[in-house]
Amino acid sequence: MEKQWEEMSSDEKQEARFQKWLSPEGVKFASPEAERLYKERATRIKDAIQIKKRPDRVPVLLIPSFFPAFYSGLTPRDVMYDYEKANNAWKKFYVDFQPDAHFGCVAPGPGRFFDILDYKLYKWPGHGVPNNTTYQCNEGEYMKADEYDAFLQDPTHFFNTTILPRIFGAMEPFKQLPNVTTINEMYGTGIIFYPYGLPDVQAAFKALLEAGSETLKWLGYFMAFEKEMPALGFPSGQAGYTKAPYDILGDTLRGTRGIMADMYRQPDKLIEAMDKMTPFWIQKGITESNMNSNPLIFLPLHKGADGFMSDEQYKKFYWPYLKKILLGLIDEGVVPFLWAEGGSNSRLEVIGDLPKGKVAWLFDTVDMIKAKEILGDVACIVGNMPMDLLTLGTPQQVKDYVKKLIDNCGEGGGYIVANGAFFDDVKPENVRTMVEFTKEYGAYK
Amino acid sequence: MAQDLVNTLADLKEQETLTIVKDRLNAGEDPLKILEDARKGMEIVGKRFASSEYFIPDLVYSGEILKAVTELVKPKLSKAAESKKLGKIVFGTVAGDIHDIGKDIVVFMLDVNGFEVHDLGVDIPAQKFVEKIKETDAPIVGLSGFLTLAFDSMKETVDAIKAAGLRDKVKVMIGGGQMSDEVKNYTGADAYGKDAMAGVSLAKKWIGAS
Repeated sequence: MEKQWEEMSSDEKQEARFQKWLSPEGVKFASPEAERLYKERATRIKDAIQIKKRPDRVPVLLIPSFFPAFYSGLTPRDVMYDYEKANNAWKKFYVDFQPDAHFGCVAPGPGRFFDILDYKLYKWPGHGVPNNTTYQCNEGEYMKADEYDAFLQDPTHFFNTTILPRIFGAMEPFKQLPNVTTINEMYGTGIIFYPYGLPDVQAAFKALLEAGSETLKWLGYFMAFEKEMPALGFPSGQAGYTKAPYDILGDTLRGTRGIMADMYRQPDKLIEAMDKMTPFWIQKGITESNMNSNPLIFLPLHKGADGFMSDEQYKKFYWPYLKKILLGLIDEGVVPFLWAEGGSNSRLEVIGDLPKGKVAWLFDTVDMIKAKEILGDVACIVGNMPMDLLTLGTPQQVKDYVKKLIDNCGEGGGYIVANGAFFDDVKPENVRTMVEFTKEYGAYK
Repeated sequence: MAQDLVNTLADLKEQETLTIVKDRLNAGEDPLKILEDARKGMEIVGKRFASSEYFIPDLVYSGEILKAVTELVKPKLSKAAESKKLGKIVFGTVAGDIHDIGKDIVVFMLDVNGFEVHDLGVDIPAQKFVEKIKETDAPIVGLSGFLTLAFDSMKETVDAIKAAGLRDKVKVMIGGGQMSDEVKNYTGADAYGKDAMAGVSLAKKWIGAS
């Protein structure tokens, strides 16, 4: 009899999740060839990550930002607002370049949703930055330095009545909403609900309903894409995403400067807040892995990069809480796929402290020889194709770089060729060369 | 006590620094002297950053402390502090790119190393750079950018400087997340600085101060 989920070890859980991904339920493959490609690709990635067994060749992944739009002659603006155009562009991208996985048609997101709610956290094409550029963050202290206590007391209420009104212009009236955790008896219950009768609150709810409908419309396209790509032979490279607690607080709550000052002025509160966030973000990863029958959960890492804090600060504020998230996922068989944007050379020793074969590290500007040497026995390493090379270099230079990467990192498996950072308007011939040359040169004999 | 202020600020001891500043103001000391000590403290912060003893959070926090010091001193200030500067630099993040952390670090380091930095901010059109160069007569221009899409904005900025007939009068450095010597060649800039310290060395070299 099959083991119950609760009785399984984390190894068994991971294997079970991989098996589900290898044989996706309800996918009707477009052809026997597509089915063969899907299984080969998924197996190749699984082998590279588990580092138990060498894959048949070095896998190659392409994780684009707005490149598929540019490649189809569209602007980032176009694909954020026309969901069908986005789907077609992303499909053309994967079909033309044939990497070993797809990463969804996720980058653009529903432009109208952001318009309806008047999103303040970002500028996006046609809304603060030109149509042909990418979305960019408006740095700020959306949570103030003296608001840790309010956050810690009740994060959900704090988000509903403080953060949402600040980051969505249309939800500003939500600052009047009651804390429903005080609903209890007959007395005093009705009155709690009076804010829902206020005209501005009702208008905010109307905007919210409209935004929800727009997201649903977009999601229809998004899910159709998620269904079609496996049928065409591309396993999904990410079921969803989660983050490091320091980045959760630092990216869009306290801001880069705010959280850096907090490390000195109120370190205990910062640590308490990271602890508070951790279970939410572990659960997010597990839920998304379950929903999409895919073990891979993406983690974009930002503020622990080289130089962004000292080693001591990294060991105190960044790694322990990221590690909690990772172990929480690993225990449930989920596979964290971490993207360390920027440099991570000074972090390699520290991040090696994880069980073997459980995570993949996508590196941007790291010394890959060192990364292989330090991490090679415990984790799969990924990436390092430089942005300047893909944007300005020649196919021959791309070939030389891929060759160097495979020579340095490919031995024994546990390495995947991929771009180091998400790419926009790079040369298509360089992307093509990167994939094709990996397939040619990366085959293990 | 002068040395105390320099050191407490350099050591990022916020409370002690502010106490010293208050005590000195209460004792009727010239606020300009206090600011001069604070500047010396920041200079040490810059040196420690350059030698990898300090990291970005230390710079940010030292800036926060300096802000608090300035707020205390300002009401007592009758005239602005003047110090001799090494040279002028026009600095900014290029058009279409709003990233400022990297730029701010380089500006900070240039400032504590004695340069007069005209920081234009982020998402700066090429023409704004040209105007500022004309206005200040700065011999050095720093272009910052995080996105690969900034490569073209940088190139356009260098081209605009050329078109304005200023290319021979200025040296242009670029820097930021995905920049490299390849990108430098593409944009037509004079040099690429890998980090803030490289930016300072370039600037010093260009004005003959190193």
